Amino acid sequence: MTNTKHTNRLQLGSGIVVFLLAATMVSAADHRNLAATMMFRGSSGAKKPAASEFGLGPRISASGRYVATLAAERQLRPRQMQTVRVTVIDGSGQPVDGATLTINGGMPQHGHGLPTRPRVTRSLGGGTYEIEGVRFNMGGWWEFKIAVSFEGDTDIVTFNLGL
Amino acid sequence: MTSKLFLFTPGLVVLSAITGFALSNSNQWSEAELATLQSLSLSELEPLAVDPTNAAADDTRAAALGEKLFFDARLSANGAVARATCHQRDKAFRDSIPLGRGVGKTAKRTMPIAATARAPFLFWDGRKDSQWAQALGPLESAVEHGGTRAQYAHAIADHYRTEYESVFEPLPDLSAVPSSAGPAGNEAAVAAWTRLSNVQRIAVTRVFVNIGKAIAAYERRIEFGPSRFDQYVAAVTSGQPGHGILSGEEIAGLRLFIGRANCTQCHNGPLFTNNEFHNTGVPPRPGMPTDDGRLSGATAVLHDEFSCRSQWSDSRERCPELEFLVSRDHALNRAYKVPSLRNVAERAPYMDAGQVATLAAVLDHYNRAPAAAAGHSELWPLGLKARDLHQIEAFLRTLNGPIVVNGHNSTEAVR
Ligand code: HEC
Ligand SMILES: [Cu+2]
Repeated sequence: MTNTKHTNRLQLGSGIVVFLLAATMVSAADHRNLAATMMFRGSSGAKKPAASEFGLGPRISASGRYVATLAAERQLRPRQMQTVRVTVIDGSGQPVDGATLTINGGMPQHGHGLPTRPRVTRSLGGGTYEIEGVRFNMGGWWEFKIAVSFEGDTDIVTFNLGL
Repeated sequence: MTSKLFLFTPGLVVLSAITGFALSNSNQWSEAELATLQSLSLSELEPLAVDPTNAAADDTRAAALGEKLFFDARLSANGAVARATCHQRDKAFRDSIPLGRGVGKTAKRTMPIAATARAPFLFWDGRKDSQWAQALGPLESAVEHGGTRAQYAHAIADHYRTEYESVFEPLPDLSAVPSSAGPAGNEAAVAAWTRLSNVQRIAVTRVFVNIGKAIAAYERRIEFGPSRFDQYVAAVTSGQPGHGILSGEEIAGLRLFIGRANCTQCHNGPLFTNNEFHNTGVPPRPGMPTDDGRLSGATAVLHDEFSCRSQWSDSRERCPELEFLVSRDHALNRAYKVPSLRNVAERAPYMDAGQVATLAAVLDHYNRAPAAAAGHSELWPLGLKARDLHQIEAFLRTLNGPIVVNGHNSTEAVR
């Protein structure tokens, strides 16, 4: 929900920027980038979230059940097979062990998913899980989604990653 | 929301046309653009990783043997096809006929060899997961080399015994093995193969596999050398002006390539490929069967006789590329491997079956983004003008460079 609000504000904001731009006809590389970005396929309607929404977390799951934090052994880079760890805690700050984690994701602006099928290969205790087989095949905004299934409920944590 | 965006679009087109014009002849790049340029530079290429599946990969004697085998026409059914027939040295190790021509006619265009040691999957549908496994495919294919593995084992015993034994192990006794036998040959060859004992089959296959590993040890050393584009990036990222290295048209094309034309979505990194598989709506070649590309390729590589997981692999580690592979996903339907764009201007015709004759026609395809014959194209119409397309083409021509073998430019230089 908060996500949608964010998106609206952002779209309005960039609309105004573009309007001013068009009016003043300023020509600078950055502005041209913005124009170019907005001309990319709009059909998916996905608008990149604010910079504050990016990163390895902590992120709250969609229904607020869990808080998850990612950790990468090295800075995430395109085209490399990588291993990440995620630590999941519940609303009272207790680590969530024994959950089933399902990984999904993709590039909302391009309409494609992850190029590999990453999965949890080890549970390290303390709510931490190792996820192997993570790869991003281009730079840009990726969504990395972890569905946490525990005691019959599933809640999804979405990370926005800038590659 | 969508309508609001839509209202702004005409203004944007005008705006970007004007600013695009103003910038197209300058070298002005933003920090983000400079980072993108750097990411495409050959200097970003990491040292070649070891191939755990091929213990001979970095053995120079294996590479020397592999080079001879690569050029040896005795490794074919009719004695006239070497790997060098399809991968010619003066053609950047590719042929220039639309479909690879061996003993018969293949359904696919020959892929270039340079830098394929860096690709997790080989062939247009990625049905092989190593250079050595890839080298073995055409040897047994009826329409390419058209031979059988027993025949190749005999050829090694007859012509390369010493070299082979110095790299690998003593050759098995082949006196009881018929001159032609293999699981993929004609009826007689398959029948002869089934008559062999399990021990004989394993012995013959081991020699066959080692042929692939020797060829891979050679092919691994074939890389792309720096192009004018790389010189340009070296200049502008160190604060020097790049004109004189690239023309205004070429620079404008580069700007489109990494910007509005969105090519770096797939053609990214120093080899201009993300090494993945995408459906770009390239129509099948008329008269050729419509294949489903990666959809079958992904399943094939999981079950390949010579995969990283097979008994023939030297790897004792896990095989992450197979372990985390995406298969049986409809997005793979008619998805093909993204080819490197280095030296691309020298290897018309284009695409998996050589369906597209010229670079201009390739760019026209991207601009129109037609619907796919099957599956879904990931492209959308670019709305570029003829001039823009010319500029992108001019840029692609700046990616020509030498083919480097063992760190030296290949003897017959590539124009
Ligand atoms: C969605 C991913 C994607 C995008 C975006 C993309 N390409 Fe490609 N490109 C491919 C794939 C996949 C192929 C091979 C298709 C086939 O063989 O059927 C290819 C093939 C090519 C070829 C032919 C190379 C050869 O050796 O046959 C050229 C040239 C090319 N692309 C240039 C471009 C340019 C220029 C752009 C930007 C306008 C671009 N591509 C955008 C995926 C992409
Ligand atoms: Cu993408």
